[in-house]
Amino acid sequence: MPVLGPLGFAAPWLLVALVVLPVLWVILRAVPPAPVRRRFPGVALLLGLKDGAQQSARTPWWLLLVRLLAVAALITGFAGPVLSPQTPQAGGTGPLLVLADASWADAPDRDMRRTRIAQALGDAGREGRPVALVLLTDPPAAMPDFADAQALAATAATLTPAAWEPQPDAVAAFAAALEGDFDTLWLSDGLARDSRDGLLAALRAHGTVRVVQSPAPVLALRAPLPAGGGASVTILRSTPGPEADIALAAIGPDPAGVERVLASATATFADGTTMAEALFDLPPELRNRLRRVEIVGQPSAGAVALTGDTLARREIALVAGTGTGETPQLLTPLHYLRQALAPSADLIEGQPLAEVIPANPDVIILADVATIPADEAQALRHWVESGGLLLRFAGPRLAAAGPGDDPLLPVRLRAGGRSLGGTMSWDSPRKIAPFPDESPFHGLHLPDDVTVTAQVLAEPDPDLSAKVIATLTDGTPLVTRAALGQGRVVLFHVTANAEWSSIPLSGLFVQMLQRLAVTAGGAVPDAQDLAGTSWVPDEIMDARGVLTRTDTAAPVTGEALATGIPGPGLPPGLYAGTDRRLALNAVAPDRVLAAAQWPASVRVEGLEQTQEMPLKGWLLALAVLLMAADAIGSLAVSGRLSRVAPVALAGLALVAAPQADAQDATAYALQATDRVTLAYVVTGDARVDEMSRAGLAGLGRALAARTAVEPGAPMAVDLEHDEIAFFPLLYWPVTADEPLPSAEAYRRLNRYLQTGGMILFDTRDAGMAGLGDTSPEGRRLQVLAAPLDIPPLAPLPPDHVLTRTFYLLHDFPGRHAGGTVWAEAPPPDAAQVEGVPFRTLNDGVTPVVIGSADWAAAWAVDDSGAALVPVGRGQAGERQREMAIRFGINLVMHVLTGNYKSDQVHVADLLERLGQ
Amino acid sequence: MSDPAALRGGAEALAAPLPPLLVEAQRLAATVIMGEHGRRRPGHGTGFWQYRAALPGDPARTIDWRRSAKSDATFVQEKEWQAAQTLLIHADGSAAMRFASSPAYPAKGERAALLTLALAVLAAQGGERVGLLPAHHPPRRGTAHLVQMARDLAAADEADFGTLDAGDLPPHGRAVFLSDFMGDLAALEAALALAAAREVRGALVQVLDPAEETFPFTGRTIFESMTRRLRHETLDAGELRSRYLARLAERKARLGELAQAAGWQVVTHHTDTPAAPALLWLWGALSMREVA
Repeated sequence: MPVLGPLGFAAPWLLVALVVLPVLWVILRAVPPAPVRRRFPGVALLLGLKDGAQQSARTPWWLLLVRLLAVAALITGFAGPVLSPQTPQAGGTGPLLVLADASWADAPDRDMRRTRIAQALGDAGREGRPVALVLLTDPPAAMPDFADAQALAATAATLTPAAWEPQPDAVAAFAAALEGDFDTLWLSDGLARDSRDGLLAALRAHGTVRVVQSPAPVLALRAPLPAGGGASVTILRSTPGPEADIALAAIGPDPAGVERVLASATATFADGTTMAEALFDLPPELRNRLRRVEIVGQPSAGAVALTGDTLARREIALVAGTGTGETPQLLTPLHYLRQALAPSADLIEGQPLAEVIPANPDVIILADVATIPADEAQALRHWVESGGLLLRFAGPRLAAAGPGDDPLLPVRLRAGGRSLGGTMSWDSPRKIAPFPDESPFHGLHLPDDVTVTAQVLAEPDPDLSAKVIATLTDGTPLVTRAALGQGRVVLFHVTANAEWSSIPLSGLFVQMLQRLAVTAGGAVPDAQDLAGTSWVPDEIMDARGVLTRTDTAAPVTGEALATGIPGPGLPPGLYAGTDRRLALNAVAPDRVLAAAQWPASVRVEGLEQTQEMPLKGWLLALAVLLMAADAIGSLAVSGRLSRVAPVALAGLALVAAPQADAQDATAYALQATDRVTLAYVVTGDARVDEMSRAGLAGLGRALAARTAVEPGAPMAVDLEHDEIAFFPLLYWPVTADEPLPSAEAYRRLNRYLQTGGMILFDTRDAGMAGLGDTSPEGRRLQVLAAPLDIPPLAPLPPDHVLTRTFYLLHDFPGRHAGGTVWAEAPPPDAAQVEGVPFRTLNDGVTPVVIGSADWAAAWAVDDSGAALVPVGRGQAGERQREMAIRFGINLVMHVLTGNYKSDQVHVADLLERLGQ
Repeated sequence: MSDPAALRGGAEALAAPLPPLLVEAQRLAATVIMGEHGRRRPGHGTGFWQYRAALPGDPARTIDWRRSAKSDATFVQEKEWQAAQTLLIHADGSAAMRFASSPAYPAKGERAALLTLALAVLAAQGGERVGLLPAHHPPRRGTAHLVQMARDLAAADEADFGTLDAGDLPPHGRAVFLSDFMGDLAALEAALALAAAREVRGALVQVLDPAEETFPFTGRTIFESMTRRLRHETLDAGELRSRYLARLAERKARLGELAQAAGWQVVTHHTDTPAAPALLWLWGALSMREVA
């Protein structure tokens, strides 16, 4: 790559094209700008006019400069400029082995390593060196084949470290398999490891070795240990550095099951140390839910410590038989249980059974409880069937309870039991027989001094032997167990105190309880415990410390798990056994981190390098920007910018249009429905609209003063945008040049009319037209109303209900008197019941009233209540205004009450019938 | 186009301009009436002019017996006008008239139609018969006819420049031609000659867009007529300005000559100026008072 100062070019010969720029300048200068096409009728006068001598307009120089710069940016961009190009690293010529530790310690700067490998591959590709790529966490058994560097690029880009560290024996096998001459680039994870020296010696035997290692320390966590009420975590770092604070987070599910940080703590490395400790003080509830501890902001498996169930303490409910009265402390059935369990479990005590079950403890221990109320027995059985462990101890009460088929007992008991000197006499206290192989107690040491003096006996049922897990030397059962649903019921045939046996006094008691998984958790089981067991991976952790639930991974043996060192077949994670969940962490419990040390003769580089910065994209983007500038400039020069700009701005505005409509609509609806509200249609003529508003305000005043209707302030309705369903009455003054509503507005209007709304059309022309088309307003009304769903109309008959909904009226004047008012025609078969045609449509409310009396002007008042427009002359005029107001009141009453007044004609008849 | 809703929408959009145009024309006409106080309205052709002594040859039914009974001689009543005047208006509706250099200005055709209708309103209020040229309907009196006129005015002409067919000009009438007069003037020449022969007097209104008057163009431009049938390309439009303006002035002078020869009057109206002064001028120019 030729280098020019800090710039290098991938295709430098393309720069030759820059020579054409001056030529381009000349050409562009000579070519006139593209013509503007203009429509212009005056062209008729232009025909035949000749242009002056070559007086063509020229493109301005600055526009030319912009264009040339764009071309120059294009050429330079395609020449592939690179800022601070990487000069080849003192490379060799032979094959190159790229070796990566690829352990969890690589995970935090995984991307940087990928880049570094890609860069090494790129260099090797340019130099034509064949390359092999080996991950030490998964080394090949034989010498890898060297291949073309390009072919490996895709692999390198997706290189994923493993969640464990290189296995010493696998590394040794790999070192032994090396052959041929090659150079090595070793990307170290920075951790000291015994296997390194052997491999390094083997590699140096085949060629030079370069090492890439980040100077930053590697951080890791050991598994949390219970400490006091909480947990303590040991944090490790690979290099002893200055004092440093490390933030830790304890993570677990909240009561809703969502994982969140339960507690935070800070560990402080003292100056020069590599180990620090953090203490989480957690209430029992939180500690039981703790799943893992993480170093904040350190995405690596080593920085995540899983707890498994080592921290969880089981909740055990102790319930003793009632009515014992004042029993001495040492004789209470629960004393020995309490002593045995308290160190390793949380106890729930002193509460009746009914309150214990809802707390959903892990284990319920009933010490000599014979009778359980039916509903509690039901709840207890349900609890056991869903996985609870019910542990029962015998005692005098249970023995006295007599025979029965209690499902909460593993076996049927014979009444009375037996005791030394009792009916089923024993000659001497019995000892415990050695535990059989299949017993969970198998392998426990039997102290010599443990004897049993009394017990309850099981009925000899056919399946008894399958339920017995411990017997006395005479073969009678000591402990029986039975499954119930998913849970188990276990019965000790002796008491929980030392009354019937000395078991509670011995260490055997605690061990037996442990074996019964009563006190699961606590210490990590040792290799001896784990021998022969099988564990299924439940959740597996990747190198970045992310847990993934799995149900396909193969089970592992307890022996492998016991080593505590994860490997290819044993990924760190949570392993489920029969009744426990063990955690395998990436960092072994006794691990100490140290930085890898290299001989002085090996060249060690840092991971970070000055990055090559390709400028191609930037230059091409610059070219595009310049072209856009050229487009704008060209438009400006040709005078078309002012035409294009509004379009572009409108487009931008559309994109950025805020959405505040919904809120406005809500406020509008609230205003319209807060009270009865009269509304008028906005015509676009400001004077008419103002008159409508003032008119409806005046009518509203009159209504409030004289009737029970108290309308709010009148509202203007824009048919195109506003919802009209809220208004009982719509006043619609017709002007000659009113714009037609859109189809959508007509749909709304028709729905409004069908659902009982009323529109009062007012042509305000004093009946000049008489609903004909001789006045402009009349014609406009015809056009406006044509798409409306209006029933046949007729002049208002004198017996129409509108004439008596509030006032008795004979005519309906507004500012003009004597006009005809049209309303829905009475049905042709309207029965003349006492002179009143009845209608049923729309509840008798006519959907439209059409008139020309300019009612709004007659109603109109100003803010102080004074009439705005003179009506008629003198006293007669005032009477006309009064009649106009009465008409308005009647109209509103008609809308609000429908044909109520028509029904009034029946009142006399109804009263007469009631009287009978 | 089978969707009836779409059809109706289109029809309404087409019909919509009519009433507003008429309304606007009426408003415009009202300003003229307000502005010409004291103008004597001409009679309906029944106005009394004078009595004169009956001459031999006067038909007996023309004798005014009431007047004659007051004296011994017989008199004949002469009326001022026997019939109402007929006003014919030609509003150019060609493609060129649809030009507006800026959305702020109305198109030339719109302005011409507005002036036409306003003039018709005035004439109708004065009791004259009004019609359009070319005549779709015979000239009539009354306001109802105005609606028909408004509808006829909306019909578009697809020709580039307006032509004039003056064959229907009734003798002794009044006529107004509104156009940009950018096209061939031969038809106008012929029409004016015919008008002069039939003793029709009137006015020419040249409606021009401000851009046509100032030619504010520069740079390389292709000028096209509104229908794109004519085109003229220039490398520097600014350089053409002076010669264009000269040609325009020449054309105006030619219009003046033609009008003068026929006894007509000419005015140039720009669409960026209000319509009212133009209407006032027109009404004055057409004033139905007989000019000796």
